[in-house]
Amino acid sequence: MEGAALFQFLLRMGDNTLILGHRVSEWCGHAPVLEEDIALANTALDLIGQTQMWLGLAAEVEGQGRSADDLAFLRDVWDFRNLLLVEQPNGDFGQTILRQFLFDAWHVEMLRRLTDSSDARIAAIAAKALKEARYHVERSGDTVIGLGDGTDESHARMQAALDRLWPYLGEMFHGDGVDEAMEKAAIAPAAEALRAPVSERIEAVLDKATLSIPETRHARSGGKSGVRHSEHLGHLLTQMQWLQRAYPGATW
Amino acid sequence: MYAQMVQSTGKGVKTRAEMTEEEARFQDRIDAGEKIEPRDWMPEGYRKTLIRQIGQHAHSEIVGQLPEGNWITRAPTLERKAILLAKVQDEAGHGLYLYCAAETLGVSRDELTQDLLSGRMKYSSIFNYPTLTWADMGAVGWLVDGAAIMNQVPLQRTSYGPYSRAMIRICKEESFHQRQGYDIMMKMAKGTPEQKRMAQDALNRFWYPSLMMFGPSDADSVHSAQSMAWKIKINTNDELRQKFVDQTVPQAELLGLTIPDPELKWNEARGHHDFSQPDWSEFFAVIQGDGPCNSERMEARRKAWDDGAWVREGLMAHAAKKAARKVAAE
Repeated sequence: MEGAALFQFLLRMGDNTLILGHRVSEWCGHAPVLEEDIALANTALDLIGQTQMWLGLAAEVEGQGRSADDLAFLRDVWDFRNLLLVEQPNGDFGQTILRQFLFDAWHVEMLRRLTDSSDARIAAIAAKALKEARYHVERSGDTVIGLGDGTDESHARMQAALDRLWPYLGEMFHGDGVDEAMEKAAIAPAAEALRAPVSERIEAVLDKATLSIPETRHARSGGKSGVRHSEHLGHLLTQMQWLQRAYPGATW
Repeated sequence: MYAQMVQSTGKGVKTRAEMTEEEARFQDRIDAGEKIEPRDWMPEGYRKTLIRQIGQHAHSEIVGQLPEGNWITRAPTLERKAILLAKVQDEAGHGLYLYCAAETLGVSRDELTQDLLSGRMKYSSIFNYPTLTWADMGAVGWLVDGAAIMNQVPLQRTSYGPYSRAMIRICKEESFHQRQGYDIMMKMAKGTPEQKRMAQDALNRFWYPSLMMFGPSDADSVHSAQSMAWKIKINTNDELRQKFVDQTVPQAELLGLTIPDPELKWNEARGHHDFSQPDWSEFFAVIQGDGPCNSERMEARRKAWDDGAWVREGLMAHAAKKAARKVAAE
């Protein structure tokens, strides 16, 4: 049981970075300013690098002879375990950077706790990824503040992005059997344990950004369990997996 | 080469007798291999020619993100995706160094960007060709970066200090890109029959456009003569094209691919390969805006700029508010 839960947990970590990295890479060459083109490519690159480590370990734990690439390119929607938040479309730059910040705020806290994981392999990946995530959250947080507290138009766009994405935040704090098994084995923290520190970080940034937290609505879920992804994920995979699916068995 | 047909003064190289005292001193410094720095005196023609050349090179790096960005979301493995992302990120970085080098000559990045978006300034013809299969990521790295390096390696010795230093940094990364491209080609050429077909098709489509990157023969060009006298340009277009062909032929043989030129053969007497010229009428059509992807490339750049206006304005407004708050607090 613990092996299966561990596999699921590693898929969650790796699928989050894979899907968000993919989304961010869609910006390549289309950003509002050259420095953002560089920063977005760099963020995507970090996330794909982390994916290689998480899915590499997931494949090893599974022990079925699959590779990280097999997991990334040959699973269908229902086997993906990423948060609904990260599969949401890019929208405008405001929606992209806000999605990034909400994820980064959770990610940095999660990785910080994982550096104390009882599983040394997980602690090692987390330590490496944490350095990158700290930089990401600083950058995305500053940009959210700059645009929220910018012009009337930038403020309105950021508020619209926040209203749009807010219902996707709750999923990261809802624990299930996988999270409980990880906590019991001291591999990862309880999902709920991250709520306070992550919320504190998010609220501090939104306050400086002069953005209002929307009224709490029903939290969307179904991504990390794989039970009900959004319609967007299938289209993303159609593009991402196309070459591997069209030419099975080829090496690239 | 990422700069094609850069116009200089158009008046030909002045003789010593025609030069003013300042111009003669300037030419002496160039001839002695000294670097010219931003605050040094320079002829207006030198400054303007450099802005055109560096600007065109910078724009090429920016537009050049698009044909490769086209495949980032479809890269076939995590490693290939990471390598391609790193490459496109490097290109944006090259654009940044080059715009900075151009800024030392008194033109802002925003001015140059406006000139690109209005069509007043050009970028390399090569980026107006589509990338249709994954093998194109190999061909672009191998041939396009290979051709760029041919020109950029000598430009490390160019007379203008900031440009020369930018080139030194850029060349290090470009040669890495070229090796990555060749590695993709090798995998494809040694892969399944479909992969081999993609590799040959990519070579067929990119061969002549790569030869065009060097620009038409400039043996008789007054612009090139002036640029060479100023060491803004180091070799003629024909010299570089020949060097590129000579370097690339054995690489294609190693891949087991056929260069799409029946006239291509080793000429013992010359010590070089003979080869067919590309269709120069196609080249002129492409630089006039009628290439396969000119409209798409410019539309993408204009859209990015227009859609991004609120972001740039928002961040500027925030910076101004922050500065005002800081002053108020003091």
